Amino acid sequence: MIARLLLGTALAACAFPAAAQDFVVSNARIVLGDGSDPIENGFVVVKDGKIAQAGAGPAPAAAVTAIDAKGQWVTPGLFVALTDLGLWDVEGVSESNDTSPRDTPFGAALDVAPAINPASEHIGISRAGGVTRATVTAYPGGSIFAGQGALIDLGDDPDAVQQARAFQFVVLGEQGARIAGRSRIAAHAAFRNALREASDLAAHQDLSAAEDPRMAGSNTDRPGDVLLTRFDAAALVPVVQGKQPLYVAVDRAADIRSTLALKEEFPQLKLVLVGAAEGWMVADEIAAADVPVLAQALVDLPASFEMLASTQSNVGRMHAAGVKVGLGGFFGTTDYPRWAPQYAGNLVALNKLLGATGLSWGDAFAAISSVPAQISGMDGEAGVLKPGAHGDLVFWDGDPLEVTSAPMRVFIDGVEQPLDNHQTKLRDRYRTPEPGDLPKAYEW
Amino acid sequence: MGARVTLALCMASLLAACSTTGATEKVASVPEAPADTPYPSTYHRYPGTPTALVGATVFDGAGGEIDNGTVLFADGAVVAIGGPELEIPAGYTRIDGTGKFVTPGVIDIHSHLGDYPTPEVQANSDGNEATSPTTPEVWAEHSVWPQDPGFTRALANGGITTLEILPGSANLMGGRSVTLKNVPSRTLQGMKFPGAPYSLKMACGENPKRVYGNKGRMPSTRMGNFAVNRQTWLDAKAYAEGDRKKRDLAKETLAGVLDGKILVQNHCYRADEMALVLDMAKEMGYHVAAFHHAVESYKIADLLREADVCSAVWSDWYGFKMEAYDAIPENAALIANAGACVVIHSDDANGIQRLNQAAARAQADGRRMGIDIPDAQVVGWFTLNAAKAMGIADQTGSLETGKMADVVLWNGDPLSVYSRPEKVWIDGALMFDALDRKRRPVSDFELGQPGEGDVK
Repeated sequence: MIARLLLGTALAACAFPAAAQDFVVSNARIVLGDGSDPIENGFVVVKDGKIAQAGAGPAPAAAVTAIDAKGQWVTPGLFVALTDLGLWDVEGVSESNDTSPRDTPFGAALDVAPAINPASEHIGISRAGGVTRATVTAYPGGSIFAGQGALIDLGDDPDAVQQARAFQFVVLGEQGARIAGRSRIAAHAAFRNALREASDLAAHQDLSAAEDPRMAGSNTDRPGDVLLTRFDAAALVPVVQGKQPLYVAVDRAADIRSTLALKEEFPQLKLVLVGAAEGWMVADEIAAADVPVLAQALVDLPASFEMLASTQSNVGRMHAAGVKVGLGGFFGTTDYPRWAPQYAGNLVALNKLLGATGLSWGDAFAAISSVPAQISGMDGEAGVLKPGAHGDLVFWDGDPLEVTSAPMRVFIDGVEQPLDNHQTKLRDRYRTPEPGDLPKAYEW
Repeated sequence: MGARVTLALCMASLLAACSTTGATEKVASVPEAPADTPYPSTYHRYPGTPTALVGATVFDGAGGEIDNGTVLFADGAVVAIGGPELEIPAGYTRIDGTGKFVTPGVIDIHSHLGDYPTPEVQANSDGNEATSPTTPEVWAEHSVWPQDPGFTRALANGGITTLEILPGSANLMGGRSVTLKNVPSRTLQGMKFPGAPYSLKMACGENPKRVYGNKGRMPSTRMGNFAVNRQTWLDAKAYAEGDRKKRDLAKETLAGVLDGKILVQNHCYRADEMALVLDMAKEMGYHVAAFHHAVESYKIADLLREADVCSAVWSDWYGFKMEAYDAIPENAALIANAGACVVIHSDDANGIQRLNQAAARAQADGRRMGIDIPDAQVVGWFTLNAAKAMGIADQTGSLETGKMADVVLWNGDPLSVYSRPEKVWIDGALMFDALDRKRRPVSDFELGQPGEGDVK
């Protein structure tokens, strides 16, 4: 019954989707998102749902809607990499939680896109937190391959998935070891075998033109001793051919080295390191390999034996060594996507501590906007106010990296977004806790 | 991936393990533990120098704010606080705090450091005696591993000087808490806060009924939760009213609650369940000090004010379990707005490093709905209010003459993401200095390992 009521609310809210408007924002403190410092008194022009122009100075005259930002901060929408948005309603209510496909014969072939629920409260709440785009992955269950993640926007409309099968995700550290046979040795064998089977399949069947190789070709031409289903092997063909990025979750310095070495065996791999808690110890090697990293900002505990050297300076030290590093890994209960600005702000705070390495303000903002967008294949298209990029804008009531600030207005593809949700309605209902002449249930 | 592993463990902890209840301002004058308490504290303050912090903005934890303030402490205690006119006695080391901020040491009322330490391995996972729904006989102090590196992060990044370690929330009655000074020690006793009262950790709702329902035993429902609780209390009352000669560890804890010597910290999310617990407490004759994880306190903030029960809350955790589906970020502000007591807690080895940021976030969420709570009061959410709910407000939690010199000098406004502790004193001893690489504790576990002594 509750579910039905909530659905009704969502439908009502979506009944009249706003159209993209052309507009000009002036008198704003503009953050371009490219790592540069904020621009006082800047402007942004949005046309046909895209950024047409942004920069310093007065807004160009145009016969479109004018928005005076009155000095407010205006930034690109946040791009949060590696989330589970749209995959669960209540994490602990298993029937509402699609994050962990377990009892399935499939691994690499898993595709999160059809499961993503654009009406999830978490998408609405993250949107109200300024997150306009994200990548979504499942968690690995029965296979070291978690499957194929998607790129989504958080617009209040039914079309969340911008790109399905945007990347493949594999775990090769302790978690991968546990899944593959309780040993890293087993994980590495499983990994190599999987890629070999994909190569074999590609050698026998040309799947290179298929948009979704899983659905192309036939089941013939496979030897009898394969371990992967054909569906899984076909899903890995774009990985071995370097057409689909392979995200590899590893934390320990030694595991990072083993991962970088995979390029010698599989030269086509487009690697992205995920986690990399000890990345700072091998930062020069990561930089030399030109492999980007999606790291968590504030991991500083030896939570496992593969992250003994974790430190909040990890991101800053890798950045200083020339690694392209964005924040990523906003899962479940304790790392909400809407907290990305707080994490980035903390990296700025490190600059005042002896021995710590943080990020400049501009680089910290880029680490939750343009950099993860680039790593996710959206270079120049998201997380940045640059001509041609998606018209994703956020107006903030203060410094966007400060914990006390929040979005006032959010635009996605030039469409202003509703910021109300289950939480805001509860807030309004319980402004005073005591019921009035009727029970609280009549206040809606 | 660390994140994934951490996630899994956090979930286990949240869904099965973490809960406590709170204490109240009324119980702040709990008598000191009797001298015959076993496992007594062996903590003694470390040496310090008489210190004068001058020129900083001082939040005293009790709602006071002094610009260009002076804080004097010596021999482990606060000597005086005041404005620039306060005379600095001879022999005091003067520290210029211009542009910086001073608060009391940060206190976390809800931590599992030591009983769920890092590394998060099963061998050290000692937070839930999940073999019986009521285990008031277990004491968290017998699980705490003093070498947990998490204590050092809480000190360096969070300015934590005092923390309450609670058993988990698998059980209706999880056992006794222990209150610690955040000072490294070879032994648990060397960390025990002298004279702090014990609390009994209790838990409502999903966790106990799930854990025991899955074992095919009572309780498997919320009504089962209450039935088991009530019968256990009735049995305890009979014991307490008797001669108490036969030692019974479980009933001794419960009798301590009924005597008003042991506080109750009650993990409880939902408003309707908190209201039922308040009646159960009345029925059985005890007082709940604080409801922990009280994400729905905003729905009954008036009842909590009347009952004089604190709410120990996060800023804006949301939706991770069914009983957290109605959590809202304005919870703390709405509780405070109704005149009830707010404590910001962590229940998390990461969150404990940022209680000040969580409080600032909650304050701002209130401000956006028109509830303006002064900074000085918000600082009390992670200092004095926690101390009150833990029954130690007469000793710490605010910068008042005679109290323990538990002090944080922040390098900026503590209600900003850009600020960190620069120096932390515990009982007047400098235990952390961000500007001195060696004034940073390194646990035995981390010694000689990658990352030893790093800035973290």
